[in-house]
Amino acid sequence: MLNYIWFGMILISVVVGSATGKIDAVTKAAINSAELAVELAIGLIGIMALWLGIMRIADKSGLVDIIAWLVQPITLTLFPEIPPEHPAIGSIVLNMAANVLGLGNAATPLGLKAMQELQELNPDKDTATNSMCTFLAINTSSVQLILPATVVALMGVSASQIFLPTIFATSMSTIAGIIAVKTLQNLKPFKREEN
Amino acid sequence: MMESVVEIFNTGAKYIIPLLLAGIPCYGILRKVKVYEVFVEGAKDGFDIAMRIIPYLVAILVAIGMFRASGALDMFISAVSPVLDLIGFPSENLLLALMRPLSGGGSFGLLSDLVKEYGADSLFAKIGATMFGSTETTFYVLAVYFGSVGIKRVRHALIAGLIADIVGILSAVYICRFLFEK
Repeated sequence: MLNYIWFGMILISVVVGSATGKIDAVTKAAINSAELAVELAIGLIGIMALWLGIMRIADKSGLVDIIAWLVQPITLTLFPEIPPEHPAIGSIVLNMAANVLGLGNAATPLGLKAMQELQELNPDKDTATNSMCTFLAINTSSVQLILPATVVALMGVSASQIFLPTIFATSMSTIAGIIAVKTLQNLKPFKREEN
Repeated sequence: MMESVVEIFNTGAKYIIPLLLAGIPCYGILRKVKVYEVFVEGAKDGFDIAMRIIPYLVAILVAIGMFRASGALDMFISAVSPVLDLIGFPSENLLLALMRPLSGGGSFGLLSDLVKEYGADSLFAKIGATMFGSTETTFYVLAVYFGSVGIKRVRHALIAGLIADIVGILSAVYICRFLFEK
């Protein structure tokens, strides 16, 4: 999909550029943009370093555990199929807590561990369980409260204005994801055949 | 009433970054973390991330740069805007919204393009950044997570993920227009 979009943009640019007589501008844009991409990335290093340093302190001081403690009760109600003492709950909670703080690198291994533990509870290893779909709906809707370092670096001073709108939009998307997943799981085309 | 909400928001927003910059180390000190050493150690990743995003930025900024210079982007925007205007969605943000569930690197490239073209303080850049922060690379996450345990039938996970993305993207547009549109 991405391959076609990217290729399509370049092909269309060359065709349209030739037709409108702007082909020189197209060539110039290609050269300049490539150069600019590197300048831009280098320019982001400073703010990203600042942000990642601060977030590493959050990570090391165990802020994740506090968030985990807060999301635990919500998790138990969202995953009624998982026995409360099962290790999957712990992994899901920690994954969500790491995501809330925008600690993407810490979140992924925890998420994959959660999937493995959910798979142990799965009677049909080829088909996703309700819990897996719920977990991923929450995950793909992004539950991030702290912006990623890349966005903070790119937006600079304007980043401060983005925090609250992002929290609002991500809450809306997570609520929508949960409603969607819980509604769809019992509809005929998606319902699991119980054996 | 509406104005005062926006005003309170703007005053509060100023304190978010300073609060995080002071608050997190403060909590670290309380938990006996060596804040300076840990900061430096974490800050090293800034360089790695910058290096890692360069290929994505080159790919996307070149493609969007050519697309804009050829006049094709303007054609695309004028073609979609009659429909998007109906729901108050800025056409300039459409490419980013379409790219977001597919590729994190690609959508970051498009966000960079918005910042470069209109400035970080523009409505388009703010909507873009909010979209980027409030949704995830749905296709990639599903592929990695389900792939890691060999699930083949994902049932309703993809549709639910995409519904969440659409709601997140529209919420980003409306909240930013409410707060930042003058």
